[in-house]
This record gives sequence, structure tokens and C-alpha cells, in this order.
Amino acid sequence: MLLIPCPFCGARDETEFVYGGDAGVERPRNPETTTDEAWTDYLCFRDNPQGMHRELWFHRDGCQRWITIERDTRTHELGAVRLSRS
Amino acid sequence: MQRYSIFSLLKGALSGHQDWEPAWRAPEPKSSYDIVIVGGGGHGLATAYYLARNHGISNIAVLERGWIGGGNTGRNTTIVRSNYLLPENQRFYEHSLKLWEGLSRDLNYNVMFSPRGVINVFHTDAQRDYWVRRHNGMRYAGIDAELLTRADLTRLVPALNLSPDLRHPIVGGVMQPRGGVARHDAVAWGYARAADALGVDIIQDCEVTGIDMQGGRVTGLQTSRGPIGAGRIGLAVAGHSSQLAQMAGIRLPIETHLLTATVSEPVKPFIDTVVSIAATHAYISQTDKGEVLIGGSLDGYNSWSQRGSPARLEDILSAASEYFPRISRLRQLRHWAGVMDMSMDGSPIIAKLPVDGLAMTGGWCYGGFKATPASGWCLAWTLANDAPHELNAPFSLERFRTGAMLNENGAGPVAAAH
Amino acid sequence: MRRQPFRAAEGGHLVDRSEPLRFDFDGHRYEGYQGDSLASGLLAAGVRIVARSFKYHRPRGVWGFGSEEPNAMVTTGIREDARANLKATEILLSDGLEAFGQNAWPSVAWDMGGAVGLAGRLMPAGFYYKTFMAPTRGWSALYEPLIRRMAGFGPAPAAPDDAFYAKRRIHADVLVAGGGPAGVAAALAAARAGARVVLADENVRFGGALLRMPGEIEEGDGLAWIDTAIAELETMSHVCLLRRATVTGYYDHNLLTVAERPDDDVEPSTPAVRLWFVRARDVVLAAGAHERPLLFDGNDRPGVMSASAAAGYAHAYGVLAGRQVVVAGNNDSIYAVARLLRGAGVAIAAVADSRSGGGVPDLPCRMGWVVERAVGSRRVRGVLLRRADGKPEDKGERIACDFVAMAGGWSPTLHLHAQARGSLDYDEERGLILPGRAGGVNRSAGAAAGRFDLDGCLAEGWAAGLAAATSSGHERPVGPPPRSPNRSAGDAPVSWQVGPGKRFVDLQYDVTAADIELAAREGYQSVEHVKRYTALGMGTDQGKTSSMAGLVLLSEALGRPVARTGTTTFRPPYTPVPIAAMAAGLVGEGRDALRRTAADDWHEAQGAVFTAAGLWRRPRYYPRDGMEEVETIEAEVRETRGGVGIVDVGTLGKVDIQGRDARVFLDLIYANRISTLGIGRGRYGLMLREDGRVFDDGVIMRLGEHHFYLTTTTAHQHAVMQHIEFLLQTVWPELEVYASDVTEHWFAAALAGPGSRALLGRAAPELDLSDAAFPMMAVRAATVAGLSALVFRMSYSGELSYEIAVPADHGLALWTRLLSEGREDDLTPYGTEAMGVMRIEKGHVTHAEADGRTTPDDLGLGRMVSADKRGVGKRSLDLPALRQKGRRQLVGLSVIDTQARIPPGCQVAESSDMKPAPPLGHITSFCYSPTFGRAIALALVENGRARTGQTVHITSPMTGLSMAAEVVPPVFYDAQGTRLHG
Repeated sequence: MLLIPCPFCGARDETEFVYGGDAGVERPRNPETTTDEAWTDYLCFRDNPQGMHRELWFHRDGCQRWITIERDTRTHELGAVRLSRS
Repeated sequence: MQRYSIFSLLKGALSGHQDWEPAWRAPEPKSSYDIVIVGGGGHGLATAYYLARNHGISNIAVLERGWIGGGNTGRNTTIVRSNYLLPENQRFYEHSLKLWEGLSRDLNYNVMFSPRGVINVFHTDAQRDYWVRRHNGMRYAGIDAELLTRADLTRLVPALNLSPDLRHPIVGGVMQPRGGVARHDAVAWGYARAADALGVDIIQDCEVTGIDMQGGRVTGLQTSRGPIGAGRIGLAVAGHSSQLAQMAGIRLPIETHLLTATVSEPVKPFIDTVVSIAATHAYISQTDKGEVLIGGSLDGYNSWSQRGSPARLEDILSAASEYFPRISRLRQLRHWAGVMDMSMDGSPIIAKLPVDGLAMTGGWCYGGFKATPASGWCLAWTLANDAPHELNAPFSLERFRTGAMLNENGAGPVAAAH
Repeated sequence: MRRQPFRAAEGGHLVDRSEPLRFDFDGHRYEGYQGDSLASGLLAAGVRIVARSFKYHRPRGVWGFGSEEPNAMVTTGIREDARANLKATEILLSDGLEAFGQNAWPSVAWDMGGAVGLAGRLMPAGFYYKTFMAPTRGWSALYEPLIRRMAGFGPAPAAPDDAFYAKRRIHADVLVAGGGPAGVAAALAAARAGARVVLADENVRFGGALLRMPGEIEEGDGLAWIDTAIAELETMSHVCLLRRATVTGYYDHNLLTVAERPDDDVEPSTPAVRLWFVRARDVVLAAGAHERPLLFDGNDRPGVMSASAAAGYAHAYGVLAGRQVVVAGNNDSIYAVARLLRGAGVAIAAVADSRSGGGVPDLPCRMGWVVERAVGSRRVRGVLLRRADGKPEDKGERIACDFVAMAGGWSPTLHLHAQARGSLDYDEERGLILPGRAGGVNRSAGAAAGRFDLDGCLAEGWAAGLAAATSSGHERPVGPPPRSPNRSAGDAPVSWQVGPGKRFVDLQYDVTAADIELAAREGYQSVEHVKRYTALGMGTDQGKTSSMAGLVLLSEALGRPVARTGTTTFRPPYTPVPIAAMAAGLVGEGRDALRRTAADDWHEAQGAVFTAAGLWRRPRYYPRDGMEEVETIEAEVRETRGGVGIVDVGTLGKVDIQGRDARVFLDLIYANRISTLGIGRGRYGLMLREDGRVFDDGVIMRLGEHHFYLTTTTAHQHAVMQHIEFLLQTVWPELEVYASDVTEHWFAAALAGPGSRALLGRAAPELDLSDAAFPMMAVRAATVAGLSALVFRMSYSGELSYEIAVPADHGLALWTRLLSEGREDDLTPYGTEAMGVMRIEKGHVTHAEADGRTTPDDLGLGRMVSADKRGVGKRSLDLPALRQKGRRQLVGLSVIDTQARIPPGCQVAESSDMKPAPPLGHITSFCYSPTFGRAIALALVENGRARTGQTVHITSPMTGLSMAAEVVPPVFYDAQGTRLHG
């Protein structure tokens, strides 16, 4: 059970949050001129690293903010945490 | 291969069991093989076995980083079934189920496949429509499926709570009678022994650290036990698929997640089928040893930690004791978490990868154990023929490019949602 | 009533001899004392066989003292009250306790199952993998049922657990696991430093090893020092002391679980188990060590037990495990044990020390001697001793005794350290696996870290407590650490006897040394393979006493160092946890709170039959006297279509959107254009997922220049909100838009039917309801039935209809006032079934159609996707598979036979034969339409729109039912929409 330091609400149990996946995935700015390959890269393909992972979480049962977290996927140790919109 | 039977056991007893041969050899790796399978779990070992048996290719090595069967093969809830919604999954898992049915005799190793019936219970009209439709669809695919009334449920699962006063009362159920469970470790060991007998080298404690390529084609692997040449390579590494594919410069539509399972202390039998509860994503059976075995849903974030959250345990144990109130009287003995290769549409990938000579089986989500025989069978075919069999042709990597997703539960491209 | 023949004349710091208790075991009545465990009570009574083993049904006696006990598992209570697999060492004796042996018939003393043991030679490790394969279904049909009946320990539960269980979730600075000398010293140091401390120990009394063997601390009795320390801790408000509390699990970010078993007879409100979830800044692991067995032939016979346990029964309970003992072992602890037993009145037949030289003059020591074999079957009658360095032909010497206290050295309790993903180090010289690098924020101390002398334990515990307090920010002065003169422990050298016979490693699962050797011979050489092949360490004792022996035997069999063999994974929990405790508070509404709309009280008073809609409950229909469900639903539909009906739509998700860029944003999240809406107007909107599949639908109302109000489906309230915030905060953070979930703020009801205008006109007299003033898809603020409201003119039923939203507090008032106002209109409240019938007749889609796999075009909504704007999911619609021919498309099906009714979950097929073949499609929604007098359905059918006019078959292979139906457009009712105007 992760203890996630929400920049808005303080440290809270993981059960208050919803996971939003890899934060490094960027939506193409111009989808209509994006190739199928680049578009489906965005949709489906992931680095899935073993180690530090920059990822999104939504504080559903708290401030409703999306936050960006660095987390080691092997040990669950946390690195930097910030509001995604900042 | 030393044949196993009641007579061999009798003979063993007379000699104080001193004469049993190793179930598989422990060979040193050769400098190269026709085909190298990475991953000594059920899928990798099955692939090697079917390559040798069905395709006559025996210059094969299976490389295992740790000990064979040490990954999800030995960590799952042992359920075998083919009760899927989409025709592509129905065909594939039904092929797998048929292989399961003959597997013990095929391998001369008792994998204890026990078709005791897999039951899904539902709680609302919408769930009923979905589950009944799914099972009616199975009939069209030639798969056994039955509709259960509450009276049927009372008879088949006397420990099930059918009270109308539950928060989500059970209104009915469906069953695949031929579904059931098997002994998970035995599957890896049985395939290993049978593959070894056909000349396959099973090499444990051998970690792959790189894939060698030349001109867009694989030529071998770098391993902790030195370089090994390979004409073709098959990856069967479940939660580590992304890492291995990365060695060949390939990204996959896969994330690795945690899935928790737990067992109670062993007691005398009182649950004789496998029951899956729609309202809570808990699936419950009782092992031959007497433990009640309960699986649940994902923790929901990328992880290799193999240690799930106690919150998930609270979820699945409260669900189990709500629908099987007698379970509340038992004690939890042990829990663990698997490393799940979750694909972006909930269906597997058994396909050639965009590097010549490289193919994989992975993206198993919740289906890996039951798929073991057919996954190996299909990957063996794909490696031997350099082309997929019609059973695994739909499980391509291209489908994520064309949008032809095999979205079994409709959740969209979110790995944890499947 | 039997006496207590094995109770010593005096002694026993845990028992109160002034309070005798009566208890039953396997139908015989015995006597014990307040403070006894069931194990000490049984030993006092002279009961030697308390269990039968799993596989061979061998008789087994009490082996240990606490949670490490491998043998003495019993069931307490009968039938519905039975609790299986409890360790007799952990059960507090209470007056009238009824306990039973397990896995035996008729009793553990005389067990017919013992005959199985005769076939033991046929049942080496893994025998079941080698046989039971023929015929093909032989395993499941013949053998498995038999084996299932033989397996399992205790009886299957016959009733739910009706005891009270509780949970508590707390934060602490320092959690100390284990209340022996090291743990108590740690807790005292940390608490004095000012840290919030939780100290948990699994025994009734703090003291750890001192409960079993006396020791000296600060020039006095060790236990007395412990009591003083505990008394000091009890005065501190920032300290929480938990007795009979086992730290069972160590999870991410220093979350630990503690299972506390408060004394049962305090008061009825005391939980049977209180499960603590402790988030600790730092943890001191001081859970002690487990004594190892010696591996000789017959080491499982009743009477062969752990030496420290034998001492503990004498010291803590004044109970003797027998009259005459052979103490055997490989370390100095055997002398203390022998002296303690002698002091309690036991005759010392021999003290066999496997080490040569040394010895003590006051005891009958046999230096360099080991136990070759235990003699006796139902209980030990003697041992055969031989020289450790002797030749195989040496005859040895038989010594009579009625129990054997064996001391094989100690294994530190590594479970929590390992659960925290700490590393393990093997100390070859001492033959110990020790905690290495810590996984979480924790430190091991005392015997758990390999310190076996009392002074060392105190010093290490004190230092660990201080360090943990410091790391959590507490540094008040604490005074000097406690000291003890007991400064040497005499470590056990590595010595595992290898000899013939049945040498049991895992007593619970009957795993012998020969089984481990066999596994290694057969190639199961990883320690995990051995565990899984032989079941070593998989019992309810979690291998506490067996794992080290197994490891050493395997290493010997393979001829490789122990360090290379490695250990199996330590999996939580440390001791079994009641499932009822894990489930506490999470059953029923504790997990899924029931959501009720503001008008729920009225529905309930009306006797509505409810249906589940996610977590909500909604009226399914309102029963009427003398009418069946179907008739009632038909009446609700007819009366609405012919007059006026009202339905509670308070469950729909509602989102308030404001901000300068609201119009831009809404154009992005809906597939159709929203930005062109005028103020006071609304529009049906379709949301897509990024993969191009239909996600949700609803109505968007523009309330002001930069102010919108939108609805979501009931099911997707949270998902839509999350989706909106995701896009606003991560994808288009530059947009100035504020979204609020206002679902709970508003109640809404819909008036539907040609009579709705007249009724609303009376309820809202100042509102001009003419088509010109209040057209379709318009929104007006108005006073309705005296309440401030928003009125939307929109329709789900296909009739003239108004949806009226008021703040949730006024919801019930709105509902009741409209109903009383509508009395003269024969206003009909209708439920979800009638609503569903009308929406199917009108061809509106729900999640049954938008199931996450369908595109807008599949649902016939392709025209809604604006060609000239961007939006979420639009790009995916251009992917080849989404444009492919032959996709399933939404159609209506009109059943030809007017008497036929569609069963749930049907498929759509070309023929009615239901033979295996790919079906054409499937039914998504179905009903009997009172409007058309026949069953109708919506379905997704391959190339469905091109099949309009064709006949297909609606089939249900599992029930054998099928019926012919005509493919029609999905809008059955009023395709021109004339009725929307009343």
C-alpha cells in the first residue's frame, strides 16, 4: 500500500488515488496529420520500464488533482512528486 | 525417459526410491541452437516440447533466469477454462482446453487437471445479459456452456450465499462444466521432463542480457552464462516481455502489473467448483490440499515488486466471505502477487516481432495459466513455420496499429482495466 | 474429571493455581488453571497424542511453545461453532473449552487413518505426479475425490464466523515487533526519546525468551525488570502496548499489519481479533528466534520436543512434559534446560551433547554423543544414543526416558525483514541466516539479528530503539541502557546429523530428509522446487522450525554451500490471520455504500421494487395490487405514452463547467460540435475514448456565456469526471476551464407524456411553455411547485417531456409536490423498466450498445461526429479496422410471433438450428413492447443496416429457444419525432 504525498492534500494511502499510467506519453498536438504509427504509439505502446517510472495519478478521493510521480517499479520507492498542471 | 506409473512407484518403493532418474538434465549450454526459447515457465517449456514433438526440431534450448516454473506458472490461481466472449479468444482457449484434457497422459506426468466446472455468478440484469450472451456465444463456438438457476447454484455450490439481502444479491449464474483447475507447478515440470526427453536443453540460472542481431535478423543471445547462438528466438517471459523485446529495439503494448492471490489454511473439502463473482472480481476454489484459493483484481499500477497491497487483500477476502460466508471462519495462510503482462486490449500477443527470427508469446493478462498448452503449441508453430497458425493469427502485434483490438471486456487501451 | 499428574508442585509464572478450569479434549474432561494454554493443559494432564500428521497420520504431540508449533493443531467448538487448525500453544484455556484433534477417525489417539502410514513407502515426495493418470479422466473421476477427502486438516466450516472483528488504522513513529528483552529495551529507549511507539508481542505477557527461561537483568530477575519497564511504558500516553498481538505483514512504505487477539472474556464488545494497520516511520524487528529440531529417526514421536519449549512449560506453567528426560543438542542451552527441568522435578536420564570435550559436572553429560533414534511409537520410551564420530557398526546405548528435549540451535526470525525485501546473509561459521541490508525503514535487533546472549539483546534493542526514535525526529535523553551478566550464549555449530530412518524435517506435512534427498536426486534442485515438490514449509506453521533444516539437507544433497542454495520467499502473513478480521467492516454496505436519490424515501414508502444501477438503487417499477410485474410495467408505459408519467432521474451524473475556454474544451471532449449552442439551449452530445469507441453520452446545456451544465450516464459519473480532469490538467493545461461534479447537488425528475405540458403549466404558472417560447432542447430557470429549478425540455421516452432539476435538498419536495399536483392528470410514477421499454422503442443507446467496442458508426451515430473539428478519439476513427466493412451495426429486431418473448443473453443467427457456426450478432437490449404488442430488441448485427427487411433468428442455445424476427431501423417509435411536441 503506497503512501502518496499529494502536493495538495499531504500523504495519503494509495486507495484514494486512481492510476493514470506513464506520464511520458504525449498526445500528438496535431492528430489529423499524425501517422497511424505515431498515433497508435500514443494509444497503446509503452516503455514499461523496470526501475524509475514517471507516472500519473488522480487524487479521486481528495483534491481531484492529477499528480506526476516518480516511482521505482521494482521497490515502489518514490522520487519527485508534483502537480501535473504546473 | 523413465516411465511413471503405479508400477514404477512400486518398483521405487522396493529400492527405497534410490533409482529415480532426474526429471530433466542440467546441461551446459551449447554454443548455438536452432531455436532458443527465453523463459522457462509453462509457456516456454511447452513451446520447446511442441517444437520437438510436433515439428521435429530438437536442437533447442530453454533459458531460464531463475528456476523453471518460478514465475507466474507457480503463482496463479490454477484455473483452466475457455469461456470467452470474442470468437478469436474462444477458438484459442478451447484449443488449449482440449490439450489440457489429454495433458497428463501426453506428458506422462500427472498435472492433475480437474474439470470440476467454472461458474460465473451475476447480480444485475445487465450482468445477466452479458454472461448469458457470452455463454450462448460459446455454444456457437462448439464450447460447453450451461445456464444455472438459483436452484442449480444451491445444488452445485452449497456454500454460496444466495440470500436476497446481500448488497449485491446473486440472481443467477452460468457454467462451463469442462473448466476446472490443474496443479500449476506440475505443468512446468511435466513439460520440462517431456521436452528434456526429446532432447531439449533446459538451462536454469541463465539470464539473457542481450539479443544479437545482424541485418535485421537475430543471431543469438548474450547471457549470464556466455553468448549463445540462435537461428530463431522465442520469447515467453510474461511480465518481462517489454524488457526482452527492448533488447531487440521493440516496444510493446504491454504494462506489467501486480495481481494478488491468497490461500486459507487447509480444511476438508466444502467447495467443489470454481466460482467467480461478478460484483467483486473474486474467484474462488478449494485445492486438493484443502486450501481455499482466492484471486482478485490488479493493484492497478506498473510493478515488479511481487508484493501486493493489503487493501487488495481486504477486498478479495471480504468479497470471498460475503459470498461464501463459511470462508470467514477460516484463516488466511499465505498471500503473494504475480507479475502480470497486461496487454492494452486484454488479449494476448503470440506473434512474430518486427525483427526476423524473433517471435513472442505474452500479454497474458488473466489468461496465462489456462493458455499454457495452446500458447506453447502456437508459438512452436509460429517459430517452426515462420508464420502464425490461424489460431494465433489474430493475436498479432499489428492489431494495435490497425485498431483491430480484441477487447474482451471493452475497457479500451488501459492496461490495468482488463 | 482427571487430575493434573504432570503439574509440578510449584512454579509457573503464567498460571493462577487458585483458579482451576475444566476443559475437554476429544471427549475427555481435564483440569487446568487460569493462564494455561491448551498445550500446557494437555501436557499437565498427560495427554501425549494431540494430532495426526497430514500424510501418514502418524501420532504427534506438542512440539513447541508458541506460533512456531508444527504439530498440535486442534479444532475448538463443535459444528457451527467449530474453529479449525488452531495451535494448542496459542489457545488460552477457558472454563468449558471443548477441543478436538484433527485429521483422524475416530480420534487422534486411535486413528484408522494410521493404516495409510503402512503404505508410506509408496508415497515418497511427489508420488502423485507419477501415477493416477489412467484412464484419461481417471484423476478427476477416481483418485482426486478420494485424495480430497483425505487431505485438509480441520473440518470444513459449517457456518459463518459470527464473532466481532475490528480494525484500527494508525500512524506511529516506531513499531517494535516482539516484546522480549530486545524489543522491550527498544520500546523503552524510543519512548523515552519521545517517539510514538507501538510495542506488539504475541504472548500474553511481555518477556519473550524470559518467559521460558529465567535470566538476570540489572542485578535482579529478568522478568521483573521487564514488568517494571512495561509499567513505565504504560504511564506514557504516546505508547501503545499490544499483548497477544502478532506483527503479521510488512508492506510498502512501512505499513505493517498486527493481529491482536484480545482476551476473550473481557467484555462482549471486545473483538475476537483486532487487526491493526500501522504506518510506522521506523520499525524495530525484535521477533526473536526459533529453536531448530535435531534430525534423528523418529524425531516426530510424541514426547520429542523443542528443549526451550520443554523448559518453558516447566517455568511458565509449572508443567512437566514427562518424568524422565534425555536432553540432546549442540549448544550450551542444554545445560540450562536440564538444570531447570531437574529443578522442576524431572529426572535427567542423560544430556547428550554432540560437541566433544567440556561438559558440566552436575549433569549426566555424554560429550560427543547424539541421538540415533527415538524408541516407541505412540509415545517416546527411550532413545538410542551413539557417538557422533562413531562407526556405523557401533551399537550405541539405549536410554529410557519419556520425553526428549532437543536443542538444535536457533534460527533468527527473518520473516518481517524478508517481507520488507531486506537481503539475507549466510554466516557460514555460525550456521545462521542473518538479516542483511534492510528493505523498508527498519532495523533488526536481538535474537532476530543473531544475538543470543541477554546482555547483547538488551544493548542491541536499546540502540535500535534509540536509532529508530532519532530517525523519526525524537531525541530526548533516555538514560543508560539496561545490562545483564548473561553475556555468552554458546552458539550452535552447524551440525545436522545424517543417519538412517524417518527423520522428519517438516512435521506438519510429513516431509522427511529422504524426501528432500529424493527431490534433489530427481532434479528438483532449486530450494523453491524442493518446497513445492515436497510441500516443505508450506504448512500452517509456515516452516518456522523446518526451513533451515531443509535448506541444509538440500545443500548437503547437492554438495553445494548453503549460501548458494538460498532461501524460499518469505510470504506474509507471519502467522495465519482470520479472514473475518481481514473482511471486517467491508461486507455489504461497508464496501459499497448504497446511493439513494433525494426521492428515495417516497419510493420506499410507495413499496417500489428497486433495481441496482451501479451503487445507486432506483425504482424498477411500482407494484400495483393484483397485477404482475410485467402487467405493471406495461401499464406504466401505456399511461405515460397516453397521459403523463414521472421518473426519478437523479442518478444521472451532472457536471458544472465554467471558464473562458469552456466552449473550446467542450468541442474537444464531444465528438459533435457544442460551441455553437446558444445560451439557454441544449444539445445531445457523444463522447469518444481516444481509441474511437463510444465512451458516454448526455445532454449539454448552456446556462451562460461561459457556463455549461452537462449530464453523464449513471454508470460513468466518476469516469467522465476523471476524463475531464485528465484532459484539463495534463493534455490542455492552457485552457481556462473549471469542472465540478455536481451529481450530488442536484435532484432531477422527468415529466413525460402528452399531458406533461398541462401539468408543468400548473406547477410553474409563470413559465411560458409554448413551442415558440420554450422549444425542444431549451433550458429555463423557473419556479416549479414553489421551488427554484432548472427546466430542460428534452426527451428520452419519445414523448413531450420536461426534466426538472432542483437542489438535492428540495428533491423530495419537488417529487411529492409534482405528484400531488398531478393527481388530476393521473400522473403515473414509472420505474427503470418502463423507462427502458420506452427508450428501446425509441432506439436510444445505453451501455448495452455502447459497450466499449462500438464506434459511433456502429451505433448509427456516425453523422454526429463533426468532420470539421478536432476532438478526443476522432483520429482513431481513421484507423483501418474502424472503417472496415462487415462490422456489427445497431439495428432493431421486431419479433414476428406476437406471443414470443425474448430470453436474456440471446445471439442473432441466420438460422434457427443453433449449430456451431459464427453468429451474425447479438441482442443488446430487449423487451416486450406494449406499444407494438410484440417483443422487440436492439441488436448489433454484422452489416446490420444492409439487412433491413430481412428475417433473422434470435436464439438462446442454452435454453433451446429461438424466434424469427425482422430487421428494422432501431427507432421503432415515432421516427419523425412528432410526439415530442405533445
